[in-house]
Amino acid sequence: MTAIPATRRRGSLTKAEGRQALGFASPALVGLALFTVVPVVLSIVMSFFDWPTFGDRAFNGGANYARLFANGEFAEALRNTLVFTILYVPVSIVLSLLLALGLGPRIRGRGALRVLYFIPVVTPMVANVLVWKMLLQPQGLFNGLAQTWFGVQLPNFLADPAWAMIMVVVMSVWQGLGYNMLIFSAALEQLPEAVIEAARIDGARGLRMTWSVVVPMISPSIFFATIMTMITSLQVFVQPQLLTGGGPGTATQPLVMWIYNQGFKFQDLGLAAAGAWILFALIIIVTGVQFAAQKKWVHYEH
Amino acid sequence: MSTELLVAETSTSALLTGDAASSRRSRRRPGGAPQTAGGRIRLAIRHVVMYAAALIFMIPLIYAFFSALKPNGEMFSMPPSLFGSEIKWSNFAEVFEYGPFWTYIGNSLLVAVLGTLVVLVVSTTAGYAFGRLRWKGRDLVFVAFLATLMVPAEVLVIPMFQVMQWFQWVNTYQALILPFAFGAFGTFLMRQFFRGIPFELEEAARVDGAGPVRTFLRIILPLSKSAVAVLAVFTFLSFWNSYLWPLIVTVDYDTLGTLPIGLATFSGLTGTRWDLQMAAAIISMIPTTLLVIILQKHLVKGIAMAGLGGR
Repeated sequence: MTAIPATRRRGSLTKAEGRQALGFASPALVGLALFTVVPVVLSIVMSFFDWPTFGDRAFNGGANYARLFANGEFAEALRNTLVFTILYVPVSIVLSLLLALGLGPRIRGRGALRVLYFIPVVTPMVANVLVWKMLLQPQGLFNGLAQTWFGVQLPNFLADPAWAMIMVVVMSVWQGLGYNMLIFSAALEQLPEAVIEAARIDGARGLRMTWSVVVPMISPSIFFATIMTMITSLQVFVQPQLLTGGGPGTATQPLVMWIYNQGFKFQDLGLAAAGAWILFALIIIVTGVQFAAQKKWVHYEH
Repeated sequence: MSTELLVAETSTSALLTGDAASSRRSRRRPGGAPQTAGGRIRLAIRHVVMYAAALIFMIPLIYAFFSALKPNGEMFSMPPSLFGSEIKWSNFAEVFEYGPFWTYIGNSLLVAVLGTLVVLVVSTTAGYAFGRLRWKGRDLVFVAFLATLMVPAEVLVIPMFQVMQWFQWVNTYQALILPFAFGAFGTFLMRQFFRGIPFELEEAARVDGAGPVRTFLRIILPLSKSAVAVLAVFTFLSFWNSYLWPLIVTVDYDTLGTLPIGLATFSGLTGTRWDLQMAAAIISMIPTTLLVIILQKHLVKGIAMAGLGGR
């Protein structure tokens, strides 16, 4: 990183530059103030008010936060979000790492294969969900094949509470796999060859090379991917919203769907804002714990 | 969070076009091609496994495509088959008769293009101010700027909707475009890239009497085409695919609905017409898939730039 030497450009020139810098930065600063800072402050305020979409507002102390946990549905949404995250993150990270390792430099056509895995990442999620909804119908492809080939009747995936959550996870893994795979591929391409060569001379081969040399060396990327994947999975919304509608009952309703429903179906923006802050706190805590734990397994070259 | 997270790393641009990179690599790395018979067999097995995995991965999309060509009555026939009794290309045309699908596509295009333009202008100018110009409090403001990245969109949508009501912007295009066009990410990305450009280039222009505006337009921007392209692609995709915010801020989906909203309402409208739903899903996948294929190199560069922050 190039730093600007402190001795360069002083005095009136710097002042002029400061004015011009303000000109360059002001669209971003105004936009961010208007569309991020104001909403954040407003959101804190709202969370302490009875705040219907239309009509009178009234300060209610911390009543919204108390209401969150008095109502079992919020706790259930919290649990669903955690269950989704615990199931989704490890499966997604492991599978995409295996794919990246498998699509090594000696595989022909790996460029095309990588593009292929990336298609669902950029496709509108609604389209992906529609496809999976069709496959998972009781008469859909999966159950159809199971019956025709093995005479086995599969469960009704989207109507059974346990299976519905598993299918939300499966569909999410499928659609998000390509992103982390590309992150890992990029990291693998940049491995210093001297180290690999040294390990090879020391007799490291195959699995041992992968597990003891390659994986530790790309552990910063694994760490980064895990954090980002975990943050996005705590914010999961579209997949359950469209695949199961949060159902059956509220078995797959995650926090964001609960927030959406409170705010825009039941018009209780104050309660929804309070729920959103609990979600934010959860994200901060989980990310913080991960950063604290990284010393144990992430290796940086310094 | 470190402000020096991102390094403009461009050496991975050949990642997706594996062949060029791998031939270069195998020349450099001894043992790139297997020497022994056992090695060749293992490599062959690896090919089989990787291609089988790719095929399994693609089954949902392949089956969806063929389902879009079936008559609706044969959608769920037993045993399942790839082809119906006839190949109905007309399903794809019928999608456009069933709902205002062209409107959805037009809206998505308008919102994504305008949104991308706003993001590019805002991010490059602010990135220049934070990355190349010296001013009091710059680093402090930048850290505050970055801190806003921590706030998830879900926390913002509730108050943002309230702000839109105050502006009387609910159910307007500007509400679809502006609120999420000022995020700190683009500025961050551009700043990191700009800082990698040698200062001597700019110094020379300054000595010749060019001010910041000229150096920005004539030197910095032209040198940053690839970074701008990367930001453009990712911004376009995120606008094109966004669902939660359009769902909230638009009311009249028939005139203001974007493609994801249209697709979701469409599936509600058509209920049992799975043939049309699949055709609609496939249609909506075409533009993004083409974009990925055409811009594959830039996409990987973008992931290397934006995604490898942990390194």
